[in-house]
Amino acid sequence: MSTPLIDIRNISVGFTGKSGETLPVLRNIDLRVGEGESIGIVGESGSGKSTLALAAMGYLKRGLRLLNGAVAFQGQDMFAQSRRELEHIRGGELALIPQNSGQSLTPTLRIGAQLIEALRLHSDVPDAKHTAKAVELLGQVRLPDPDAIMTRFPHELSGGQQQRVAIAMALAGEPHALLLDEPTTGLDVTTQAHILELLRDIARARGMAMVYVSHDLGAIARVCDHVVVMYAGEVVLQGTTRQVLTAPVHPYARGLLASIPKLSDPRLPVALDGTPPAPGGAGAGCAFVDRCALAQDRCRSARPELTPQPGGEAVRCFFPEQADQISLAGTGAEPAKVAAADEPALRLEDLSISYSQPGVFDKILRRETARVMTVDGIEITVEKGETLGLVGESGSGKSTILKAVAGLLPPAGGQISVSGGAPLAREVEYRSADHLRKVQLIFQNPDDSLNPRHTIAEILEQPLKLYFGLGGDALYQRSAEILERVRLGAHYLDRLPSQLSGGEKQRVAIARAFAAEPELVLCDEVTSALDVSVQAAVLDLLNDLKATQGTTYVFVSHDLAVVRALSDRVAVLYQGRLCEIGPSASVYATPSHPYTEVLLDAVLEPDPDTAPTLSADDVVEMSPPARGCPFQRRCPRKIGAICDTDTPPWQQGKDGHAIRCHHAVAELSRLQGVQTKEQVS
Amino acid sequence: MNVTTAPQQNTRLNRILTVLRDVVSRPSGAIGLSLVVFHVVLALVSPLIVPYDYKAMNSAMMLTGPETAHWLGTDHLGRDVFTRVLLGGREALLVTGIATPIAVSWGGFVGIFFGLIGGRVDEVLMRVVDAFLSLPWILKMLVLIVTFGTGIEVLIPTLAFFYGIPVIRIARAATHDVVARDFVAASRARGHGRMTIIQRELLPNVLDTLMVEGAMRWSWMLLAFSSLSFLGFGVSPPTPDWGLMIADARGFMSFAPWGVLGPVIALSSLIIGINLTADALAKALGIDRAQKAPV
Repeated sequence: MSTPLIDIRNISVGFTGKSGETLPVLRNIDLRVGEGESIGIVGESGSGKSTLALAAMGYLKRGLRLLNGAVAFQGQDMFAQSRRELEHIRGGELALIPQNSGQSLTPTLRIGAQLIEALRLHSDVPDAKHTAKAVELLGQVRLPDPDAIMTRFPHELSGGQQQRVAIAMALAGEPHALLLDEPTTGLDVTTQAHILELLRDIARARGMAMVYVSHDLGAIARVCDHVVVMYAGEVVLQGTTRQVLTAPVHPYARGLLASIPKLSDPRLPVALDGTPPAPGGAGAGCAFVDRCALAQDRCRSARPELTPQPGGEAVRCFFPEQADQISLAGTGAEPAKVAAADEPALRLEDLSISYSQPGVFDKILRRETARVMTVDGIEITVEKGETLGLVGESGSGKSTILKAVAGLLPPAGGQISVSGGAPLAREVEYRSADHLRKVQLIFQNPDDSLNPRHTIAEILEQPLKLYFGLGGDALYQRSAEILERVRLGAHYLDRLPSQLSGGEKQRVAIARAFAAEPELVLCDEVTSALDVSVQAAVLDLLNDLKATQGTTYVFVSHDLAVVRALSDRVAVLYQGRLCEIGPSASVYATPSHPYTEVLLDAVLEPDPDTAPTLSADDVVEMSPPARGCPFQRRCPRKIGAICDTDTPPWQQGKDGHAIRCHHAVAELSRLQGVQTKEQVS
Repeated sequence: MNVTTAPQQNTRLNRILTVLRDVVSRPSGAIGLSLVVFHVVLALVSPLIVPYDYKAMNSAMMLTGPETAHWLGTDHLGRDVFTRVLLGGREALLVTGIATPIAVSWGGFVGIFFGLIGGRVDEVLMRVVDAFLSLPWILKMLVLIVTFGTGIEVLIPTLAFFYGIPVIRIARAATHDVVARDFVAASRARGHGRMTIIQRELLPNVLDTLMVEGAMRWSWMLLAFSSLSFLGFGVSPPTPDWGLMIADARGFMSFAPWGVLGPVIALSSLIIGINLTADALAKALGIDRAQKAPV
């Protein structure tokens, strides 16, 4: 290889701990990125992957310092550059695309002004041509109507559009390399697929190098040639994307891969137990030794070096040849089955929810206003012991429905009943103690759903005191028992949430919900704030609890593979309207609603051989259309005027599978079957 | 990053001790807290250690300068200034020491309550508070005092009432940050009542802000009390009080400055001490006042 573009040599980065010791965040990392190469950096949160990417720019977060080594970009030592020179390189020849572009764009400046500023600072384009060039850049990132976008403010754009603007800004300086820090995390599947295709095309067309940091192996598989797997601040495996994703030779990489739920595999993924060591917490041996299934005595006493393998990859393990003992396919459990009872656990009848409230004047004048329902006409019955998955993009109303069931958001119409009983009161304040106990909600982010001032004991005692009136020893016993059930020891009772890891916090949140002995547990994106390996453990726990407690779940997620792993039945929502409902096997197979088809096609698998199919625009609609099919504006299989004017009928398939479309089921099978053949040829 | 191995003690006492240690370890906290402690101790023991009777007048030696018998000289009635400075903070500390906790409690509760219920009721109440705050405080207070008379039994409720109103704003703003979080929604969904939510979920998260706010209110209240005394609406003579002493001695300031200097230094050292402590407390608790808009 000639002189690499980015040359990271033996760098270590650390910070000073409370008692004055140096705690390393990155340990002796070597990484070279050549012209036009794209390298993916993967690892769990805290593995140092973002720190490494930023160090490539010569930037360290406050408190961190370079312990040893050097970073060179185009032969220049990045840590020895003056501020002026760094300003020239950063954003010009080496551009960063951050995770949340909405936050990195200036909210008070129009998109055009921000792009022109980037051009002025980082390009040779003469001033007179800045506007034309900015429009051209917006066109290159495939934003519709670039002239209009130039005059918009960042908040007027959707998340995907903001990300495109960030890419356009990064391209302004004609960079040689792009650093991408989780650029698609937090975006919808379809948007993510579109952005990744765009990045891939642009990088290829311009011969740009990319350093792509992500925890999402599916995204990495799509855009990267090489992959670096990081663990506890070290590179543990390095190789081509195919080597790392199809036959990794490091036990950690195999565990990570196995813990990802896959659309093609309806089983639960295998959890990778344990947590990585804290900075400075790795002992004399291999950092991964405590979580490794193949650990031997030598692994505890000596630290393995990054060793080149015959296949060309480099691995930090003493026994890479044994790695294939860890299965990738996932020996995870089948979703638990619970015998059905006579009464459904949850019945939603013609549920509609609106966020808009009638105005003061309308109230005074007793005027009836036409309200646009955020969620409308939801008819769902969930049998006892069944898990219903609710999927859809952001804004599809899936969390809104959960909030209505939990009583946090009063519905505008329709009825909610639990266990065949009387309908629940609209607002939680008017519900009976029995109804309250039966329905429990688990939130997305445990950092937000656990009071930071309460110890775990205080968190768990709330439902126990409220519903069962427990106190004293009985309360303590019961709390310890419940913690045991979520696989945490009684010694956690004295701790505060801030002293727990993300996965442990979510277990406490689950424990709190199950302390009420509920019949229906509503899970709102419960794994999306967690690392994949932790996610697998949480899914496994939920599945276990269902088997032992006979609980019914309504499981909301934007991740189709996660939903597939846990659900018996799946309902697909678009713009607050049901599109498709049925047994998960039927929903995930053809024929399906055109929207489900678009979603499934956009899913990225951690497999370099699969490519997503982009069949519909990734426009984000702000409100549902007043008439006709909610999906009319994006539908790739639109028939014509009938879709705009008439609400589509339910087309019945097998085993209670129903699709709401003007196309008959047979017609959909034909259309979707034909497309598959086209792809093959 | 987020791995804990050794189980920690999380008792309330431990947290208080940790915060206290942090306050004392900062220069501003160490200086501030020692000033406050010095003044409080002095107020408690001063009657036992003063060299003279604070009422004893001596027409033979009026407005004498500092000397060995009278360290800060004498005032226009021949009373020992040093004695009166030592005793002059007792009344102020007593009144504000009782009024501050009352102000923070009622203002804090109302603020949290309206922050929780939100909506139109909250909006209307806040406009009332705004209107109230737009009037000069001294005017409102003088009206009440003139109506009900002076004396501790009027001053304490008056100060507690007026100084609780700005606390409403602070408590409400702090509550708004907490109310939006999921643990409050979780508590509602479980079926807890409003009072339980306030007590269990909101108060522990707003308490830090209220403590710092309370410390700041204390110093402002001291200043207000001294101002009232200065204007003749606070402590009545011959009880020694810094504000009153400044008012009395101000006519002779050109040739007997020690009569003003003594009470001024005493009062400002106490207020500076409280402010420094409040600052250090805010930093120790992680609430940086510099980053928040002043109210």
